[in-house]
Amino acid sequence: MKQKTGKTVRENRLFNFLNLALLVVFTLIVIVPIWNVVVSSFTSSTALADGHSIFWSQDFTLQNYQKVFADTSIWRAFGISIAKTVVGAFTHVLFCAMVAYGLSKKHLVGRGFYTRFGVITLYFGGGMIPYYLLIRSLGLLDSFWVYIIPGMLSYYDVIILMNFFRDVPASLEESAKIDGASDWTIFTKIFLPLSKPALATITLFNGVAQWNDFMTAKMFITNQNLYPLQMKIYEIIVQSQTKGFDNAALTNSVVQSSSKGVQLATIIVTTVPILVIYPLLQRYFISGMMVGAVKE
Amino acid sequence: MKSERVKRPAKMWKQKFTEKALKFMAQWRLQGMVLPGIAFMFIFTYIPIYGVIIAFKHYTITDTIAGAPWVGLDNFKVILGDRYFMEAVVNTLGISLLKLAVGFFIPVILAIMIFELKDGPFKKIVQTISYLPHFLSWIILGGMLISWLSTSGLLNQLLLGIGLIKQGNNHLLAANQYWLIAVLSDVWKEAGWGTILYLATMAKIDPTYYEAARIDGATKWTQITQITLPFLTPIISLNLILNVSNLLGSNLDQTLVLMNSQNSAKSEVINSYVYRMGLTQGDFSYATAVGLGISLISMVLLLITNTVTKKMNDGESVIF
Repeated sequence: MKQKTGKTVRENRLFNFLNLALLVVFTLIVIVPIWNVVVSSFTSSTALADGHSIFWSQDFTLQNYQKVFADTSIWRAFGISIAKTVVGAFTHVLFCAMVAYGLSKKHLVGRGFYTRFGVITLYFGGGMIPYYLLIRSLGLLDSFWVYIIPGMLSYYDVIILMNFFRDVPASLEESAKIDGASDWTIFTKIFLPLSKPALATITLFNGVAQWNDFMTAKMFITNQNLYPLQMKIYEIIVQSQTKGFDNAALTNSVVQSSSKGVQLATIIVTTVPILVIYPLLQRYFISGMMVGAVKE
Repeated sequence: MKSERVKRPAKMWKQKFTEKALKFMAQWRLQGMVLPGIAFMFIFTYIPIYGVIIAFKHYTITDTIAGAPWVGLDNFKVILGDRYFMEAVVNTLGISLLKLAVGFFIPVILAIMIFELKDGPFKKIVQTISYLPHFLSWIILGGMLISWLSTSGLLNQLLLGIGLIKQGNNHLLAANQYWLIAVLSDVWKEAGWGTILYLATMAKIDPTYYEAARIDGATKWTQITQITLPFLTPIISLNLILNVSNLLGSNLDQTLVLMNSQNSAKSEVINSYVYRMGLTQGDFSYATAVGLGISLISMVLLLITNTVTKKMNDGESVIF
């Protein structure tokens, strides 16, 4: 018996050691490539070409960043990204909350029909081309509002909020009604403040999606002044990769002057907001993931 | 007697309708909050569903959807003889299956490994770092990949460093490496995030099971195979089945950013093909037909998997 326990202890020690070692390796696999991009963005193009700056820069320079910040179109794209993220996330969460509030009331006439109407949108859609034709006929092509309006409602988020609103004690609403409060007042003064955690989670997820979204711009925007950062990066990277740096036919100033270092500096500038926000709000992201999973 | 019988339900129906209408009017504030949402869904989901009829028409950019001439199944007949479409199907299936084979169990293993760590700063750091790539967009990751895989990039430097290769080359230009790049980059991005669901399931396991196992002298390995894994099995199989029903799904963002003229024969997937045919080349009807065909096949896959999950889940559907 004693011997067996000793063997177990030894085996468990070995297990813990291996587990720890493998997780360290895994963490390095995630973090080293990202670190490499950060290092490269601070390295001169000549040093990048001979490729010895893996963990530490061989020729430290701020030039790449100076070039990025000197480009007014990048600043402009930054502004568009911030505007679409802030306006998009807030209109989305408020619209979803408003619809969810109405739908959470059992006495709502037509509630059964409305919810079935909504659930269908979770499983069916027209696909890419009919959607494009709709956006075109709505006159949203090459308009800033294409980032905002089509994304204002997701029935998935409506379901999450509806479940949240149902948990608000009915007595709160009843006493407010006795005091003569209207549905709208009850919604804005009682339900919204009580649902802050759910609203925050949905706002965050939608905000990250807005910040990271590039398909909307790729499909619906041709006016470069309306490009968000992600689209700008796509343009810089893909065009410089396919056409080569020397191609004089390229008209865009960034594309022409972009070396690998400048591309990577743009990538870092675009990622920093996420890198700053994510660790601070990690808790909300994970709880949001769980809320979604429970629904599934 | 007979006439009365017919009349009465009609009267009741009328009365019921008036009641409902009055109630509807009385709650106009509430209705006013819901109806904009219904109108929104009608416009942005139901109108495009109606727009799918252009798959059976010959639609050009100057037509209206209703006014375009019908062509029956002509567009679908073209699909069957389309070599590039078949190529896209093979690539989509190849990448999806490889993703399933390589990527599916990594989050499970990773979750168990994290679960076995003692609570503390190291566990927190591992979790924070492993979730991080999920929040990078495919454009950002694509740009990073282009840098890592370039001739003088990270991968070649590491391979040169350990002496596996003599000379660096650009891996994204090698078509036969594309599937692997697509799969591994996706796994790298989502493996950590995929652990959350499993970690949450494991958090619900009663700790007394493990205590009892420890007293009996069970090794960690035995605890994992005898306690943890049986608890995880239902959610693992559910996840696996959902993955199977999405075999024809492909990642458009990833493809658009990693595709180039050298690897396009291996990187074109169904989504990017629809995108290219429809929005780049303007063949709207054909692209819609391709999309519709794929949706129908996916729906059949979903229905099959739903039947299977129902059997596994005591007759209760987990998808619908």
